[in-house]
Amino acid sequence: MDFLRPTTLDEALAIKAQRPDAVPIAGGTDVMVELNFDHRRPEALLDLTRIGELAEWSTLDGTVTLGAGVPYTRVIDELGDALPGLAMAARTVGSPQIRNRGTVGGNLGAASPAGDTHPVLLATGARVEVASVRGRRFIAAEDFYTGVKRNALEPDELITAVRLPVATGGEQFAKIGTRNAMVIAVCSFAIVLREGHVGAAIGSAAPTPRRVGEAERFLLGELPWDAPAPLADSLKRRFGELVASAATPIDDVRGSAAYRTHALSVLARRTLTWAWDGYRGSVRECA
Amino acid sequence: MRLNVTVNGERRQADDVWEGESLLYVLRERLGLPGSKNACEQGECGSCTVYLDDVPVCSCLVAAGQAEGREVRTVEGLADGDALDPVQQSFVDAGAVQCGFCTPGLVVAAHDLLNRVPDPSDEEIREALAGNLCRCTGYEKILDAVRLAADAR
Repeated sequence: MDFLRPTTLDEALAIKAQRPDAVPIAGGTDVMVELNFDHRRPEALLDLTRIGELAEWSTLDGTVTLGAGVPYTRVIDELGDALPGLAMAARTVGSPQIRNRGTVGGNLGAASPAGDTHPVLLATGARVEVASVRGRRFIAAEDFYTGVKRNALEPDELITAVRLPVATGGEQFAKIGTRNAMVIAVCSFAIVLREGHVGAAIGSAAPTPRRVGEAERFLLGELPWDAPAPLADSLKRRFGELVASAATPIDDVRGSAAYRTHALSVLARRTLTWAWDGYRGSVRECA
Repeated sequence: MRLNVTVNGERRQADDVWEGESLLYVLRERLGLPGSKNACEQGECGSCTVYLDDVPVCSCLVAAGQAEGREVRTVEGLADGDALDPVQQSFVDAGAVQCGFCTPGLVVAAHDLLNRVPDPSDEEIREALAGNLCRCTGYEKILDAVRLAADAR
């Protein structure tokens, strides 16, 4: 096995063009498990941890560009105000040790249906920045997940960053698990409310993370945007039903399909209440 | 490969290292530092926790090749000669050690917590130790040890 250790992005892209079989490794929280258990013996590992530009983030014109190699701990510590939904999801990842290493880029690369950040990326309307020697392109989060642990990357491409809008309304994320740490989601849900935008997405309840379009359109039409008042129970319940109806979960060791469907309707109802409170607060601040 | 890594302040070298083996394997099997324990090899148990460039990580999830040129501090590097670190002494004094297998990882995790948060709340202690599994104690004595260490520092 070759161990390739580029120190610049250009160098990494040149390597990936020549060696599309090279498996990228950043925090190692997925890749090393496969190596330790002999589930995978790649021809080459492409270590991304020495590329400084992947471990940076910046904000421009209301958009955060989050380098693919920024660990979750830094998302929580440095971006809790700008990206509250993503920070909430990051807090539920693994344990402190895992959050110190794991990255959003790694979450996207693995593209597990249960990955914690995916529902937030979908609900905020994030764009995934990918690059190769052929150039750079952006993939909308909703076009990125193509199947169970499959994504829209070409073999010569690397994930370089994620672009997300700075939060201006309410953002929430919630996840079901057997304890408060070291949990792969039984199911998860994210919701983002800002003027003229409703984003909502489910995790661990379909072959890929997915947006729930019908539920989003329902809310966009029904929410009292101009005179934000507390929401009627009937509206929250209907939203929960629409979210649950978009799920196509399976029975597995973590939970049954029926439980996941029910739990999603509850998560959707609760997070809607919290996100709407957040939105109302942001409107009051502006007034 | 020949791996160059600074461990507990000392520059060390190991030969014939496979880049895909874990830093934990390097520490235990090649550098004679068996303090960090090998249990789950998947980041679930925290018993292999070490500092990598001052950040606590599961050493089982760091590829040896990624550790090249980096600084590692293991549980063996916490004591000052024969004088135990306050966290280690508190684990002894509080009776927080039963079989002892999880202890090195917990000591490193607690050490990091107290460096960042000198006077942690119970919630902060629980959160900081959430990635370290102990199957003997039920954790109460471990929480006592961390509170004791916070008072002692």
